[in-house]
Amino acid sequence: MRTRTRVIAAAGAGAALLALSGCGKADMSKQASPYANAAGAKTVTLSVQSWVGAQADVAVAEYLLKHELGYRVDKVQIDEIPAWDALSQGRVDAIMEDWGHPDQEQRYIKDKKTIVPGGDVGVTGHIGWYVPTYFAKKHPDVTDWKNLNKYAKDFRTPESGGKGQLMDGSPSYVTNDKALVENLDLDYKVVFAGSEAAQITQIEQFAKQQKPFLTYWYKPQWLFKKVPMTEVKLPAYKEGCDADPAKIKCAYPHTPLQKYFNADFAKNGGDAAAFLKRFKWTEADQNEVSLMIADKKMSPEDAAERWLADNESKWKAWLPK
Amino acid sequence: MASATASTPVRDTGLGALLRHRTVHKLLLLALAAAITVPIVNAKWASGAWPDALTVDLSEPLGKASDWIIDNRDSHPLFVYFLGHVSNAVVLSVRGVYLVLLAAGWAGVTAAAGVIAWRVAGVRLAAVAAAAFGVCGLLGMWVPTMQTLALMTVAVLASVLLGTALGLAAGLNDRVFRMMRPVLDTMQVLPAFAYLLPVVLVFGIGVPAAVFATVVYAAPPMARLTALGLRGADGGVMEAVASLGATGRQRLLSARLPLARKELLLGLNQTIMMALSMAVIASVIGAGGLGDRVYQALASVDVGQALAAGIPIVLLAVVLDRVTGAAGERLGAQTEDTSPLRGWRGWSLAAAVTLACALAARFADRLEWPTSWVVQIAEPVNTAKDWMVDHLYTGVPVVGGTADWAAHFTTYVLDPVRDGLQGLPWWSLLLIVAALAWVIGTWQTALTAVLAMAAIGVLDVWNASLDTLSQVLAGVAVTLVLGFAIGVAASRSRRLERLLRPVLDVFQTMPQFVYLIPVVALFGVGRAPAVFAAVVYALPAVVRITTQGLRQVSPAAMESAKSLGATNWQVLRQVQLPLARPALLLALNQGVVLVLAVVVIGGLVGGGALGYDVLAGLARGDLATGLVGGIAIVCLGLMLDRVTQPTERRAKKGA
Repeated sequence: MRTRTRVIAAAGAGAALLALSGCGKADMSKQASPYANAAGAKTVTLSVQSWVGAQADVAVAEYLLKHELGYRVDKVQIDEIPAWDALSQGRVDAIMEDWGHPDQEQRYIKDKKTIVPGGDVGVTGHIGWYVPTYFAKKHPDVTDWKNLNKYAKDFRTPESGGKGQLMDGSPSYVTNDKALVENLDLDYKVVFAGSEAAQITQIEQFAKQQKPFLTYWYKPQWLFKKVPMTEVKLPAYKEGCDADPAKIKCAYPHTPLQKYFNADFAKNGGDAAAFLKRFKWTEADQNEVSLMIADKKMSPEDAAERWLADNESKWKAWLPK
Repeated sequence: MASATASTPVRDTGLGALLRHRTVHKLLLLALAAAITVPIVNAKWASGAWPDALTVDLSEPLGKASDWIIDNRDSHPLFVYFLGHVSNAVVLSVRGVYLVLLAAGWAGVTAAAGVIAWRVAGVRLAAVAAAAFGVCGLLGMWVPTMQTLALMTVAVLASVLLGTALGLAAGLNDRVFRMMRPVLDTMQVLPAFAYLLPVVLVFGIGVPAAVFATVVYAAPPMARLTALGLRGADGGVMEAVASLGATGRQRLLSARLPLARKELLLGLNQTIMMALSMAVIASVIGAGGLGDRVYQALASVDVGQALAAGIPIVLLAVVLDRVTGAAGERLGAQTEDTSPLRGWRGWSLAAAVTLACALAARFADRLEWPTSWVVQIAEPVNTAKDWMVDHLYTGVPVVGGTADWAAHFTTYVLDPVRDGLQGLPWWSLLLIVAALAWVIGTWQTALTAVLAMAAIGVLDVWNASLDTLSQVLAGVAVTLVLGFAIGVAASRSRRLERLLRPVLDVFQTMPQFVYLIPVVALFGVGRAPAVFAAVVYALPAVVRITTQGLRQVSPAAMESAKSLGATNWQVLRQVQLPLARPALLLALNQGVVLVLAVVVIGGLVGGGALGYDVLAGLARGDLATGLVGGIAIVCLGLMLDRVTQPTERRAKKGA
């Protein structure tokens, strides 16, 4: 008797759940954020990556979408690879700055066709190893990787044990550093700061004390304006030399950064999609906005507003006619 | 330190002698087993670290599983007919609550918070609640606060429903209770970070995944306390009700549940607290709201902005904690309410006030929080942080700077502990774990602990796990020294306890992300800042449990000791501490679990080891690295929990 009541209750609950959700198929590829379109306005959802350059792209795009084209903009901060997944599911409409993910391109653009390329951002990215310029001036030969072992003791920290410390940042960023240290026989240990924020804080701290350090870093980046750094030459990059991650022995490539859109959004996104496709600026432009956000602690919106006021001719060309 | 706590209590009583006797027996037995197995094992796989022959590589199957999910998510029936609906239902409900909150406007929401607090907990808390919401607006965080509140409402409701259902089953049926206990134990020692990845893989980035992860984290206390309340029902009352001829359902509804309402409310309180702490962690997977603001501020190294988003979280936590807590106390007090506003009259007045405020704001066209009422706190906070860093980092006369302390801590504490653990032969570590867990618990707890430790080896993350373990041990040691010292002081002075309470609240509820940057600024990148952040997080619980435990020692025992001429110090050492032993052990246990939870987040500031693996897995969508790291953390948590778990299972968790 009791079991039967329970079975009936369970079946009833299941039926209620189905009825509630409409009995049909649920489309996992069309799931916007619950906060989107809250005031009945058209919404564009942009993914923001954790580095400030990407925040600058998004800030300027957001401002124009809002004030020139009449969209509401939602931003979500996600790491790079999950962002591709979110893009394919329709949770975000666009990635404004991608540093090159061949596996994801293969899967989502070529195979599943849920994502389409959105063109160049206009900025070329480059990853490398850097020492502070104040140290490079005193020891000019440190800028060649062949002499790095000589300076290992200068770069030592409690974390790196007896070796020199090569500081890497967020686990989400593209890096071959562990393999490079091993394959180039360097007396170094890669220490992961774990987040870019931690890495920047530590670099600023070192710079304040004029201490030597060696770090994974990338251009374009606003921090160069505050802490001038000089790149260490690694063996030159050649096409395909980074094909096998375990045997890698060469520097990082120069990558023209790309935009990517959800396929559906690219087709039906109207003015917003047309505008984002035409959005293209230079390294200097991006750095100007980044520096205002990260160093002057302006809100991304104020920073975008100031840049837009000075560069009207540039952004007028991006707007759909 | 676990061994220290295990040996201190056995001192003078007859029970102690017996216990010592049993302890010796257990250890002898264990030594005998070791004497037989170790030579064989050692001959076969002699090495310091876990032998390669005994590992399993999961990266291929896990990689395939992850690919399968991504490729089939849009088409497989499991997704389109079930998980997709769950996901849609979550999105719809969060959206519904959010729209209601927006429609009520800031005036309506603030008024509602005030009058609800007034009905449930009295005038003083009503003022606190209304003020707290006002501050959220003043900080310019109104909209994110509403987003978090909407997500929290749905997550807490789901947790309470799930928790109560599980708790009912466990409370009414002994077999279910026995089966469920280890499951709930495990769910509670899981650090939330460890299972974000699989949840994201199934639901994708965003609100549904965040709600789901929150429910997993927040439902166990509700289930546990519901079961506890039902099982603890007064036997006499139950018998009386049964003799009146009540059916099973009547007994449940008219006697058991009402008798258990105090536990139910406590469960609700715990669930809310855990859900709030998860709200921030879930920002890593795109939950939005306040957590996302903290996380985005972190990206541009803006402590002030992070704090501005962190304060509303603390305020929400404090208000919800106090209101539900006060409701629990009122239930217990059993005083008859004789005011003219009791019952439905009070509630309808409350509803009317709320409605009036909401409508007033709407007609005044002041639905959104006015931008001119926003106070910018980011700049002064950042200036303060910069000053601190400039003056404390290095070169402070006599004591040295914080960077020097961190360096010493890494070199003289963390390194030796880690190298020591990694240098021990693997089987000896298993033996140590077995001995500790058995001495303090039963053979079952010892077996769980050893199996958990062995699983770490099998997963091939032995060295990374021992690195994490060394950070946990160092963190727990520091936490206990500080926590016991502060706890003893607070137990002797009511005034100090009152002063400490808000400070502890803030430490306990402030999202850890907020202090990651200051911690790096003070201690540099590495394991030391990770340990420090963990200590900050775990300290409040240890202090609270210690204070409470010492307070509960019977005054008569202390009086009689004093009358025999014992000094204050002697009373503390020979009467109070031994009598408060269960509380101290619970404090140790909580310290361990909480420190472990943050050492994982320490991966964000250079803690490395397992925390880094989990973060890397999440960031790269790499299920193999992330999930194996996560499982290893869970195993470490289980092992540490069992090794520090007093024989009698604690009734409730958290302080």
